[in-house]
Amino acid sequence: MHELSLTQGVLDILEDYAKQNDFKRVKTVWLEIGKLSHVQPEAMTFCFDTVMKDSIADGAKLIIIETPGQAICVDCGTQTEITSRIAECPDCGSYKLHVSGGDEMRVKELEVE
Amino acid sequence: MCTVCGCGTSKIEDGHTHNHDHDHSHDHSHHHHHHGDMHFGENDAGVSVPGMDEKRIIAIEQDILGKNDHLAAHNRDHFKAAGIFALNLVSSPGSGKTTLLTRTIEDLKSDLPIAVIEGDQQTANDADRIRATGVAALQVNTGKGCHLDADMIAQAIHRMEMPNDGVMFIENVGNLVCPAAFDLGEAHKVAILSVTEGEDKPIKYPDMFAAADIMILTKIDLLPYLNFDVAACMDYARRVNPDLKIFQLSSTNGEGLEAWYDWIKSGVATAKS
Ligand SMILES: Nc1nc2c(ncn2[C@@H]2O[C@H](COP(=O)(O)OP(=O)(O)OP(=O)(O)O)[C@@H](O)[C@H]2O)c(=O)[nH]1
Ligand SMILES: [Mg+2]
Ligand SMILES: [Zn+2]
Repeated sequence: MHELSLTQGVLDILEDYAKQNDFKRVKTVWLEIGKLSHVQPEAMTFCFDTVMKDSIADGAKLIIIETPGQAICVDCGTQTEITSRIAECPDCGSYKLHVSGGDEMRVKELEVE
Repeated sequence: MCTVCGCGTSKIEDGHTHNHDHDHSHDHSHHHHHHGDMHFGENDAGVSVPGMDEKRIIAIEQDILGKNDHLAAHNRDHFKAAGIFALNLVSSPGSGKTTLLTRTIEDLKSDLPIAVIEGDQQTANDADRIRATGVAALQVNTGKGCHLDADMIAQAIHRMEMPNDGVMFIENVGNLVCPAAFDLGEAHKVAILSVTEGEDKPIKYPDMFAAADIMILTKIDLLPYLNFDVAACMDYARRVNPDLKIFQLSSTNGEGLEAWYDWIKSGVATAKS
């Protein structure tokens, strides 16, 4: 379950920010998670409360913004939205799709006080 | 402080702070602007609103794997400076990573400096198998961890003698999911798939075959005993990753090893540039 280490990575980022910015508590964390990234949002939600316990983000609310997968067909140039890495081009049926977006895993914003 | 690039242990870009009205609901307002500066609400001019329970929104835009990727970039610099061709071997448990490594080492150790970092949750069995070939190996036990990360590799390479102008093999924890996310600083991620696992593994675990740029189909000596469709397997793999380079080999009878060795040697020759 690599979501556990990724969630610990989120906490590292929060703690680094707390050192540089003047806040005591994190109330809400917004993550941007691409549909084609390595994160299963449910798994991350599952770990979140445990990882944040007794930290500056103890009890914080997690909001995951899922971004769609995007790809460009190598054969016909069509840009398309995809939901998995085994998708095919809707126009020409080719499997040669290059992923152009939707693989991000990012801490986007924090609500702090 | 890092000696290679002079950075601190973590690198954080400046966040933009915006003050907020407490009652304002962020859930609705923060969807639309996703590039650069973010502005919430109407009269948001960066004015600080004093108050005991003042709430603020900070836009930080940090990659969750930023720290790992930064360390991986350092490892990559280290490898490059020493002319080392580093390969990150990933597969499900028992696909044949260690067997391929011991065979490769036996066949190449007189031509090239080689060292191995072995990742497993427990035991030093695999490192012992490598050391039996006479090559240096460092075992990294991840405990409950399901993958190696760049920090573990950074620590490992400072603790062992580096195979300058040769090859560093990194055998990742047997797991076809988690190691896909973590760059270690390798030149290539090599996904190993054995013919006993079924030809549809690449589409069942697409993230790994998308993250790798090399695939090795191994244990091909067993093909006569199985119903394994090699062409379908390669087709599935290229469906996930059109640019995948594929080797077919057997660590047991040696079939197909020459092409793999030639590729390693040409990788070593260009590792420094
Ligand atoms: N027939 C055949 N058997 C092989 C081949 N390569 C590996 N094996 C067998 O497959 C089994 C597992 O091999 P290992 O090399 O230990 O696999 P591994 O991927 O290192 O396993 P973990 O480190 O536990 O994930 C052993 O019994 C090997 O003898 C091959 O090319 N042909
Ligand atoms: Mg092994
Ligand atoms: Zn197309």
